[in-house]
Amino acid sequence: MAEKTTAAPRPAPLPAELDAGAEDSTIRPFTVEIPEADLRELRARIAATRWPDKETVEDDSQGVPLARMQDLARYWLTEHDWRKCEARLNAVPNFITEIDGVDIHFIHVRSKHEDALPIVVCHGWPGSIVEQLKLIGRLTDPTAHGASASDAFHVVIPSMPGYGFSGKPKSTGWGPERMAQAWDQLMKRLGYSRYVAQGGDWGAFVVDQLGLQAPDGLLAIHTNMPATVPADVDKASQAGEPPPANLSADERRAYEQLLRTYRQVEYARYMAARPQTLYGITDSPLGLAAWLLDHNDADGQPAAAVLAGLDRTTSANGELTRDEILDNITLYWLTNTGVSASRLYWEYKGGFFNAKGVSIPVAVSVFPGEQYQAPRSWTEKAYPNLIYFNEVDQGGHFAAWEEPEVFSHELRAAFRSLREWSLS
Amino acid sequence: MSTTVGTATGIQPFNIEIPEERIDDLRRRIATTRWPSKELVEDRSQGVQLATLQELSRYWADDYDFGRIEARLNALPQFTTVIDGVDIHFIHVRSRHEDALPLIMTHGWPGSVIELLETVGPLTDPTAYGGTPEDAFHLVLPSLPGYGFSGEPKEVGWDAGRTAQAWAELMNRLAYTRYVAQGGDLGAIVADVLGRQAPEGLLGIHMNLLVTTLGAPTPPPGDTEEERAALDAINTFTTSGFGYFLEQSTRPQTIGYSLLDSPVGLAAWLLDHDTDSYYKISGAFVDGEPVGNLTRDNIVDNITLYWLTGTGASAARWYWELGQAQAKAHAAGQAPPDASLPVGFTTFPGEIFRAPRSWVEKSYPNVTYFNEVERGGHFAAWEEPELFSDEVRAAFRSLR
Repeated sequence: MAEKTTAAPRPAPLPAELDAGAEDSTIRPFTVEIPEADLRELRARIAATRWPDKETVEDDSQGVPLARMQDLARYWLTEHDWRKCEARLNAVPNFITEIDGVDIHFIHVRSKHEDALPIVVCHGWPGSIVEQLKLIGRLTDPTAHGASASDAFHVVIPSMPGYGFSGKPKSTGWGPERMAQAWDQLMKRLGYSRYVAQGGDWGAFVVDQLGLQAPDGLLAIHTNMPATVPADVDKASQAGEPPPANLSADERRAYEQLLRTYRQVEYARYMAARPQTLYGITDSPLGLAAWLLDHNDADGQPAAAVLAGLDRTTSANGELTRDEILDNITLYWLTNTGVSASRLYWEYKGGFFNAKGVSIPVAVSVFPGEQYQAPRSWTEKAYPNLIYFNEVDQGGHFAAWEEPEVFSHELRAAFRSLREWSLS
Repeated sequence: MSTTVGTATGIQPFNIEIPEERIDDLRRRIATTRWPSKELVEDRSQGVQLATLQELSRYWADDYDFGRIEARLNALPQFTTVIDGVDIHFIHVRSRHEDALPLIMTHGWPGSVIELLETVGPLTDPTAYGGTPEDAFHLVLPSLPGYGFSGEPKEVGWDAGRTAQAWAELMNRLAYTRYVAQGGDLGAIVADVLGRQAPEGLLGIHMNLLVTTLGAPTPPPGDTEEERAALDAINTFTTSGFGYFLEQSTRPQTIGYSLLDSPVGLAAWLLDHDTDSYYKISGAFVDGEPVGNLTRDNIVDNITLYWLTGTGASAARWYWELGQAQAKAHAAGQAPPDASLPVGFTTFPGEIFRAPRSWVEKSYPNVTYFNEVERGGHFAAWEEPELFSDEVRAAFRSLR
């Protein structure tokens, strides 16, 4: 990693400038340059992996199977090329700026269409900015992707504190609430006085918090993991009770999906309780890889879409590939963020999918492979100012990564009415 | 590790021999540990603290005598025997008092036979420890399947029920027709199940963890101050200290990759049990002030045993089996049979919760011994081996 400060060197601050509230708001260009020694060390560790015995089952029910991990290790060691990922990252403008005491890394790509809509796109766990890279061209340059100039976005993709190239917080308090404040500050620092926000997974928690905070200039949010569950249903589902009697067919399906999800989130409960104890994911590349891979979607744990990606070596239309999955894992490894990323679960004390009371304009895309398929009925109640609701027929928990084409289409459609409204 | 001469009973003497290169590899891995940033809090609320683990790691690599495990275990008669398809390792020490009472004692997680070594003297040779010949035991200390020098099951189904059956078979092979059983932690689960299975010859059981109330479908009563305090303690444990249980009972293979590949990752995972034992162990490293027998060497012996036998994942899998068995029992809607034979119980003050006598009597119809002692925690046999041995003697005295 190397930072290039293009701004003129700042003189040493005078004592008068050293007041407690002062923060360096410089935006510094950033280039990803991992030292070769770090890559050599990673390869040496992969090669020296000491393996457990095979699981005693023939499926995924005890965790990521040994054969899967050994196959991944072989590919990671002999074929995966981090420098290609680095080149992809450096092909877009990266920056770092300090917000609220923490260095925030972000990608910022302005559309050539000047009146494009600014959007901040928020990743989740076990993801990173690597999940969002395929959106950038589609969102900033829509005319090259079969959409119209009026669909263009100026795209900002920050790394959450403790993730990727952002700094690691040194004190507690960096939950989604504080991240929401930071992302608003970031957009304003970039000169965007009107913008929208998007998120899935933890990013969905962050945009919900943005919606609750409703800062000046935030026009709307889009979420692909909406929090819509009514309080009484939320309580029943958390307790694992049978579906309440009054549910519609859609709601009943969602309820069953929630029950399934709550049986697959022990990783989240673990990180919420004991993030620091995961020393092994900091010290073992395969330990880290297994931990990151074992996130569920509607079709399995590990996520069926990710397992399909692991089997895919080439991609014609942006489908998830093995290289991308390893890019993401390698990013966690090289930035040593396994534990610092886990701490986000510890920070958050709120509910999972319960309606949070967001009253600003909200757009929702429901992907079939998501933790649960939010029914329109719940969504309308949870987000009374619902400006867009659509159920798509492909894509899952990692929607932007799995289906960048569908996902980009959703974002264009989701915010279209807003542009008409805001331009009029 | 090597096995030698077979015998007619299928019991083979066993001696540990650890190849030097495995120690070298372990040392090298400890020395090249890559660390996370420090936790953001000043207590254990985010997990094992960096300073504790760094001091443990320094001690492990620089000061620890890697010959200890071999010396301590090989000083005792060890054996293996195949039961139900799995190689079972056990220590077997006969008392010189011929009419001693045979006792099978089971370790837990994150423990091993290492936890129980300091009880061998007091239990088998009581007169050397202030007891009488009438207090003597013939002692059998097996390693749970998937733990230590026992084999790893290659198939599912090795839950507490099957383990208990294997222990009965082991005692049978050792020609003990009358015996008692003891356990804490997972060992208490095995003892509890043995009590319910009531194999021929089993006279009684003693436990130091009340397993009937952890994960019970209906919580025990909170009518007295003592009961309410115990309920609070259980609640604290299940909300903040239960992470290892959840992970191991659902995804043992996933965490297994870290536990097999990173010694320090393994050490942290094994240290992160209950609050009481964590601070005692942390104190031994950070402040140089061990509590009871929880010394740096004893702690590192246990971790090193897990590392050298490569059993982080297979030990975790025991919880997966436990989860499967519980789910099956829950689905069947059938309560297990009562343990109607004599039950002894000791409450140690530092345990996850202090089991009140009322709960013990509600769990077992035939409680013949109950006592609450002054010292000791979750790893009672490890921390306070003599006090613990006194309790085991007292608990079984009426059965001789």
